[in-house]
Amino acid sequence: MSIIVHNISKSYKAVKAIDAVSFNVEEGELFGLIGPDGAGKTTIFRILTTLLIANEGNASVSGFDVAKDFKSIRNSVGYMPGKFSLYQDLTVEENLTFFATIFGTTIDANYDLIKDIYVQIEPFKNRRAGALSGGMKQKLALCCALIHAPRVLFLDEPTTGVDPISRKEFWEMLKRLQQKGITILVSTPYMDETSLCDRIALIQNGKILKIDSPENIIKNYEKIIYDVSTRNTHSLIHDLKNYASHYSVYAFGEYIHYIDKNSDFDSTNLRKYLEDKNHTEIEIKKANITIEDVFMDL
Amino acid sequence: MKRFIGFIKKEFYHIFRDKRSLFILFGMPIAQILLFGFAITNEINNVDIAVLDHSKDFETQKIINKLKSSPYFSIENQLDSEKEIESEFKKGKVKAVLIFEPNFSQNLVNKKAATIQTVTDATEPNVANTIANYTSAVVQNYQSQKNSSSGSPASVEVQSRMFYNPELKSVFNFVPGVMTVILMLVSAMMTSISITREKELGTMEILLVSPLKPFQVIIGKVFPYVFLSIINAVVILLLGYFVFKMPINGSLFLLLFESILFIISALSLGILISTISDSQQTAMMLSLMGLMLPVIILSGFIFPINSMPVPMQVISNIIPAKWFIIIVKAIMLKGVGIQYIWKETLVLIGMTLFFIALSIKKYKIRLE
Repeated sequence: MSIIVHNISKSYKAVKAIDAVSFNVEEGELFGLIGPDGAGKTTIFRILTTLLIANEGNASVSGFDVAKDFKSIRNSVGYMPGKFSLYQDLTVEENLTFFATIFGTTIDANYDLIKDIYVQIEPFKNRRAGALSGGMKQKLALCCALIHAPRVLFLDEPTTGVDPISRKEFWEMLKRLQQKGITILVSTPYMDETSLCDRIALIQNGKILKIDSPENIIKNYEKIIYDVSTRNTHSLIHDLKNYASHYSVYAFGEYIHYIDKNSDFDSTNLRKYLEDKNHTEIEIKKANITIEDVFMDL
Repeated sequence: MKRFIGFIKKEFYHIFRDKRSLFILFGMPIAQILLFGFAITNEINNVDIAVLDHSKDFETQKIINKLKSSPYFSIENQLDSEKEIESEFKKGKVKAVLIFEPNFSQNLVNKKAATIQTVTDATEPNVANTIANYTSAVVQNYQSQKNSSSGSPASVEVQSRMFYNPELKSVFNFVPGVMTVILMLVSAMMTSISITREKELGTMEILLVSPLKPFQVIIGKVFPYVFLSIINAVVILLLGYFVFKMPINGSLFLLLFESILFIISALSLGILISTISDSQQTAMMLSLMGLMLPVIILSGFIFPINSMPVPMQVISNIIPAKWFIIIVKAIMLKGVGIQYIWKETLVLIGMTLFFIALSIKKYKIRLE
């Protein structure tokens, strides 16, 4: 077991940031913490990287206790904070050299590990980090977190503020790193990014709601979701919410997701109801369930 | 060690790439010392003086002519009695009166000594001091010419009396003062800002989650500023010495040692400030209000400590700058060695150790 979190709670004055959180991450696993802003993801990262001490519970990383053996953890893990935390007035290469030096290594010694990522930013190696684009910055930050070949990598919202293409690339990079035997704990508010994780923990208001692989989470979701669309989306939401047996209604992309209370729901009744409400071009079909749908229902 | 050197290298990159901090580091000391220096100038030109000649003989006439021919003075008028001096000063035009004693040349020949008294209006103390110095220089010059031609040594004594402000403050007050202020500013403010900048930008978070130990981070942050502050101290001393002819009578080595000691005490104050502030702005305000003002007001740089109310005098003792100014003046002006200033030095060492211990104790190894 690479990361063990047992009943951790943490409060900031009156606010309870995380409440009795427990989960384990296996050696070599890519584990995702999924939840909206303010769910407590960053607090969990900070406790595991020894930056904060939990009020209750205990946790360990690579067998080191996060409170007692904090020095051993600081020597061995890679950490990429949520906020871009490199030196903006240093060039790409100087940043990387600096982080290599303070971990007592060199760029050459671990070049293999960062090669895939570094080649993409190498053309800009003499550019100041502050002048890089969002995606480039994240790639550089990942290189810096990896330069000392850590066994465990903590990435706090690495794709926030990055364009969709770079985000996809970034996740593919993480997958490749995982194949090199690195345990990765990553957090994100974007539900659509979770498919590459081995397991995910859904977290909200400081509590973990569910832990499982993304496939199982979707497979085990029992309700049927319908994509509904008509010409007038705005009044459609309103009308669906007034439909007697509705369970939940929310906008999802170009469709409205509709879930009914009854398992023997017949879509023809709904179609009729909508026609009575003067909707035209009515479309009702079964939707592909996503993590976001599961999350909405928790 | 390699880590440490890597860290210091990074700090120098920060300093040299930030135009603002470079300007504060090197532009300000030079600008300040020049401003202070030329504002408290010791050059005088065409100052109006009056003469009260009690003997009106050949020698006094020659001295008066000598003064007239110098570019420094223009002789406004001849007075007839001491009573007129006060009223001349009150008019404000005449800055000094030269009084020749009765029987000046006779005394010079018979007693081999004669006296000239310069009475100066010391409402402007520096001008008064300079006038007194210049007149005595002119008279001495006259005297040495005369002695070398006649071969008989005779001395003219110039006695100076200051009106209105008998305890003249030294013109050389400002070099030690400005040096103290600048070293305090550069050392304390720049370090506290550079440490809080890491907090603000979030890089402190990564530095904490790294094998670097707290003292390595602190020393790494502070070291470049020790180095740059020493350069600053040397620049200030050179400017003082060459531009303003400030003497360095004591040991230069001792002076540098004391400066380094003061720099370190200021740096440890900077670290202390950074441990209690979270943003660069707070750090700057704390440095300015908490350090600069006391240094300027309570260190004896501008206001003499002796003339402060007793509570203020007591408070001034906890200000490192006070002790440093005493030390610098003693070394530069009096030329004394360590045996005369060891007490002040010990106070400074004690304060430095205290601040360092306190800031290491207060340094947070976590985020809260």
